[in-house]
Amino acid sequence: MLLEIKDLNTFYGESHVLQGLSLNIAKGELVALLGRNGMGKSTTLKTIMGLVKSKSGHVIFEGTDITGLPPYKAARAGIGYVPEDRRIFPQLSVYDNLLLGIKGGKIKNPNDPNVWTIDRIYSHFPKLKERCNQQGRFLSGGEQQMLAIGRSLMGNPRLLLVDEPTEGLAPIMVQEVRNVLEEINKKAGVSILLVEHNLKVALSLAHRVYLMGKAHIGYQGSVEELRNNNEVRAKYLEV
Amino acid sequence: MDPTTSMYVAQGIHGIAYGMVLFLIASGLTIIFGMMGILNLAHAAIFMLSGYFCYQIIFLTGSFWAGLVLAPIGTAIFGIFLERVFMRSIRGAGHLGELILTLGISLVILGLVKIFWGTQSLPMQVPDILQGMVNLGGLDYPIYRLFIIGMSLVVLILMVLLLYKTRLGKIVRAAVSDRDMVNALGINIPLVFMLVFGAGCWLAGIAGVAIAPILTVFPGLADQVGMDAFIVVVTGGFGSLAGAFVVSIIFGLLSSYGVQFISQLAPVLMVIFMAIVLSIRPNGLFGVKE
Repeated sequence: MLLEIKDLNTFYGESHVLQGLSLNIAKGELVALLGRNGMGKSTTLKTIMGLVKSKSGHVIFEGTDITGLPPYKAARAGIGYVPEDRRIFPQLSVYDNLLLGIKGGKIKNPNDPNVWTIDRIYSHFPKLKERCNQQGRFLSGGEQQMLAIGRSLMGNPRLLLVDEPTEGLAPIMVQEVRNVLEEINKKAGVSILLVEHNLKVALSLAHRVYLMGKAHIGYQGSVEELRNNNEVRAKYLEV
Repeated sequence: MDPTTSMYVAQGIHGIAYGMVLFLIASGLTIIFGMMGILNLAHAAIFMLSGYFCYQIIFLTGSFWAGLVLAPIGTAIFGIFLERVFMRSIRGAGHLGELILTLGISLVILGLVKIFWGTQSLPMQVPDILQGMVNLGGLDYPIYRLFIIGMSLVVLILMVLLLYKTRLGKIVRAAVSDRDMVNALGINIPLVFMLVFGAGCWLAGIAGVAIAPILTVFPGLADQVGMDAFIVVVTGGFGSLAGAFVVSIIFGLLSSYGVQFISQLAPVLMVIFMAIVLSIRPNGLFGVKE
């Protein structure tokens, strides 16, 4: 297993926001984590990343227990994070945003075709190249999303945690972001844990899905199984 | 230059020199706040401490230049010690804890200073080369104040180069807007915090040494100049270096011309200016809405 989460319990003050949550992701998989608002999907990603501390349970990445490590150590272990709302550095140029994604500030093997370089990011996202000297705050929502994904790829993650990448984007950008995620997963071989409200996008990408009820995993299965199970969809997804 | 004009010019340069010193203090304060969310109430005490360090170094070595270089390094090391030992342990415990902690640290520094150096004000001699006047087109002006302006400008330029041209500077600027995201990119944010805290104390240290020969060194120095620096940070906008710079210069000029024209009102001019700015722009002149 690439990532194993065992019996995770996380609290925000008094409220028990993850209650014994377990899930796993195999190498090369794209797994969707779905559910209504407020179920704890984003908190799950933040806990994996170390941005939120869990009270008990384990996060095991490539066989190493990374539970409770600070975010920068989780990132150095090989996990990339593309947060909700993109969180581009507004004062920094597109180029500098990408630069900060490079671990240690220097790309070790720039000639290795599997290593992400700024040029390779530009070839995937030509829009970013056009706007390389613009400050992050002047980008459109779609461009910011591309930059957030590109910035996390600069760290050469083996697992990417992606939170609501299509939220608030125009339909054409939704499609573009979807295709980019597919490419990163299929061609570049990066495993992805995807939180996504757009069910059509999520199911078109995922190999497997987890559905969250309040603070726990309520259902897991293949995309095909979920498509055929109206009862589960009604219980966990429909508003 | 006729006497009236030369007086105006002299007051103007005075104001700029004081403004530059304020900026050195305020810049550290505003970067530490912007990046770490800490309003460091001990900052002014560290500024004052540098004056004492410098006094002691001159006492031991006889060299002003040694004091000028070593005292700020001393406050930087002291700042790093404070960050590692005290600030880090209460991170995430909320602003109130940080305010009380830094207030406590400033009181301890003040107490220790009185124990070691007493309460009288200590004069500080500058080297011959910085003494006396220089003639600026008919105006005799003290060399030392020009030296303060020049030195502050060098520091300002170095700071801008560091912040805009180096990776570390870009990390600091990114962390001012979103430190968690920087952390999640694999950058050791606790280490960066420590460096920034140290750098802020170094800047306050330079200011402390710069002002000491003019105002002398005494325990009240922290309150007198420190309060002005806090007003600068609030008026310029928390976390904004540009704001700190512009407001520092405005305040320097306000205080020097204020004394000349409306001396009764001079002490409160800065506060009035702050009140006007904040009533129009509640986040400060260059502040960004949260």
